[in-house]
Amino acid sequence: MHVTNAESKKRVLLMGDEAIARGALEAGVNFCTGYPGNPASEIIDTLAKAAEKFGVYVEWSVNEIVALEAAGAAAASGLRALTAMKNLGADVCSDFLMTVNLSGTKGGFVLVTGDDPLAHSTTTELDTRNYARLADIPLLEPATVQEAKDMTKFAFDFSEELGLICMLRMVTRLSHSRGVVTLGPVQTQKKTAEFSSQEMWTSGSSSITCMLHSVLHEKMRNAESKFEESEFNKYVGREDAEFLIMTSGTGWLYSLEAVKLLNLQNDVGILKLGTTWPLPTKLLTTHLKHAKEVLFIEETDPFLEQNVKIAAAELLVDGIAPVKFYGQKSNHVRGEFGAGTGELSVDTVVKALMGIRKIEYSPRKSCYAEKVQETVGSYLPPRSMSFCAGCPHRASFWSIYKAIKWHGQEVIVAGDIGCYSLGLLPTGFSVEKTLHCMGAGLGVANGFGNMKRFGLDKPVIAVAGDSTFYHACLPALINAKWNKANISFVILDNNTTAMTGHQPHPGTGVNALGDSSPRVHIEDICKSIVSDVRVVDPFELQNATQNVYEMIQTEGLKVLILRHECPLNEPRGWQEKPAVYVDQEKCVGDECGCVRFCSRVFKCPGMTWDYVKRKARIDESICTRCRLCADICPQGAIKVEETT
Amino acid sequence: MKQNPLNIIITGVGGQGNILASAILASTAVQDGLNVSVGETYGASQRGGAVTSHVRLYEKDQCGPLIPEGKAHLILGFEPVECLRSIGVFGNQDTKVIVNPKPVYPVDVLSGEATYPRVEEVLRATKELVDKVYVVEAAKIAMEAGNVVLQNIVMAGCLIGLELTPLTTESAKDVIKEIFPNKTESYLKAFELGVREVRKAKPL
Repeated sequence: MHVTNAESKKRVLLMGDEAIARGALEAGVNFCTGYPGNPASEIIDTLAKAAEKFGVYVEWSVNEIVALEAAGAAAASGLRALTAMKNLGADVCSDFLMTVNLSGTKGGFVLVTGDDPLAHSTTTELDTRNYARLADIPLLEPATVQEAKDMTKFAFDFSEELGLICMLRMVTRLSHSRGVVTLGPVQTQKKTAEFSSQEMWTSGSSSITCMLHSVLHEKMRNAESKFEESEFNKYVGREDAEFLIMTSGTGWLYSLEAVKLLNLQNDVGILKLGTTWPLPTKLLTTHLKHAKEVLFIEETDPFLEQNVKIAAAELLVDGIAPVKFYGQKSNHVRGEFGAGTGELSVDTVVKALMGIRKIEYSPRKSCYAEKVQETVGSYLPPRSMSFCAGCPHRASFWSIYKAIKWHGQEVIVAGDIGCYSLGLLPTGFSVEKTLHCMGAGLGVANGFGNMKRFGLDKPVIAVAGDSTFYHACLPALINAKWNKANISFVILDNNTTAMTGHQPHPGTGVNALGDSSPRVHIEDICKSIVSDVRVVDPFELQNATQNVYEMIQTEGLKVLILRHECPLNEPRGWQEKPAVYVDQEKCVGDECGCVRFCSRVFKCPGMTWDYVKRKARIDESICTRCRLCADICPQGAIKVEETT
Repeated sequence: MKQNPLNIIITGVGGQGNILASAILASTAVQDGLNVSVGETYGASQRGGAVTSHVRLYEKDQCGPLIPEGKAHLILGFEPVECLRSIGVFGNQDTKVIVNPKPVYPVDVLSGEATYPRVEEVLRATKELVDKVYVVEAAKIAMEAGNVVLQNIVMAGCLIGLELTPLTTESAKDVIKEIFPNKTESYLKAFELGVREVRKAKPL
């Protein structure tokens, strides 16, 4: 693995997240924490692989706030600490963030957030840069994979120098990009943690808080003056360019390419900002002085756009001429769903420049676009996401779906985030009706399950995964008990954090390094709160359905743990199992009356249709040999190979 | 390089191993002393969604991880419909395409909510939109190398074997040896079969 390569100056290919991990190792990081979430998971995954070699402590924490608090303690004890999470996790840790900015740090303390413009695998496009402004802490935005490494290393030094946590904002497009990186040396010097009982590490209250707040402002003034000279801010173009692009993060390379495509190199200057909070005001002034028009290119929110406008308004008193601003507010920078949505690309910048500068440009002949419309637009089928072949969630949602059918009346199913978010879609028989953030399924069920007095009297099922249970469900479960909410809580336990790449959790018996650690059993926790706790294998479809049905017939709080391991958790482990096949002599195809139950209704992607013989057929390259379909075929035509 | 950057799209369905193929190509580029930038979208990779990688080889000026509309020089399609979908966004009349004609039916098709066009029809439409189309039965060739999961290695072999990139087969083999130290033989065989197959294929 390149990240653990001790050699420096070597050019290697790294993913953005791996570059963050490498930067941390080059900075001599000691203590790393995080909770898995796309696109940030690979940072801790990578550090865990390097932990032993470089003597670094790495943990997957139970959730993001515990992760930040644990790392904060390490940093307050003089160690270098890093915490990584996705954008929705930044919300979870924000309580602590809004106080540790005041209490400060001794060792370098870096928070890395991974935003997800276009919500590739998140339920929000939240722009976490706003947290840096809210907490008033330094913010860095890498534009390339190399910069992701370099900025991480810098962030540790800078945080230590200021005595203040620093934030680094990544986006999916950079976290999951690969690029060529020149490695630096890894720092491996041993450090001792020190926290004496003479010390106070607090954000205080009343006058102490206000005093610390004033100290924070002083630190940020210091940060701003340092950022004025930062090598992460660059300007290209004519010194007197009247048209200026101000950009950060991925927008930098997109802007360069768009300007080149439109042949505007001689007219347009590009100011790339790597340090975006606090903004380097003097640097901005230098360039605002020669600009008459400014276009902002940045991922998601108009963060630069708004903050530069505020800075520009202050400059008016210094006699700087008014500038015309373009960006999201003027509707020139817009994604498919409007300004401030979706993901940037070269094409976004091209379209903005075309609109403002009234330029004609087409990457292909207009007749080509028509031809594409005719051939591609007309008949290509969509490709919706579905549960993988052999996924236990398909069986669990089928049980819930069937139990609701048996019940014969409406049931509210509150969903949660993880692979099982797909319970909203046809692959999960569309049973889930709500979806927000980690733990919100059980949280909103506390409301839905307590509105009988207002006439909402329907059974409520809340769904959560195993990792989600530990992360965010305990307060809601206790609340449900305390306030007598009527909820059937179904926990989908597949023994892993599958959605984000199969990280361990407190129930798996291993830690981030793969070492054995004590198991925290879901049923033990539940039994200490709820009296009706059941554990069933969802592959026993009839039994699982019966249990869901029984639970929704009665009032009160009940827990059903549907436990079956994710087949991808042990890659290729399924290949050891006997093959499953369709006996096409026995399958009667469309004559059956089952309406192609195995493929059309149950929708396992391993089960396809043989369009020649008009019978079911298993695709061996997809099937994980879970045998579930062998139990559901009304003709008994799906068979498991006999082994000797 | 004649084109700078040289833009390659690798497209398929989660589970086909196209991300690994893009990692092999990118590492080969580094081995050959080139610069490379790869953009990947794989949030849906294990959940039956479409997965596309943008691999960009460049000399001096660094380029971003996404290929602009209509600017792909080469498209490596692991699945015929996904290949045509990518051509619709990134292809042009000069684009060269290598496509594995084996369909992976979307859940929408299996459930009867959409229909999958005839593969011959998809290939005909593909040919109408681009310069050359090399059809390679990657899944079948992978079986020759011992396992259907090697179709991604076969496809990587096809791309490098076509010699439209500065990537060398020698470097690719070094990369394969490094990534799969325990399975080198079958992986190298799949790669070589891919190189051979594309060289004898007659483009549409």
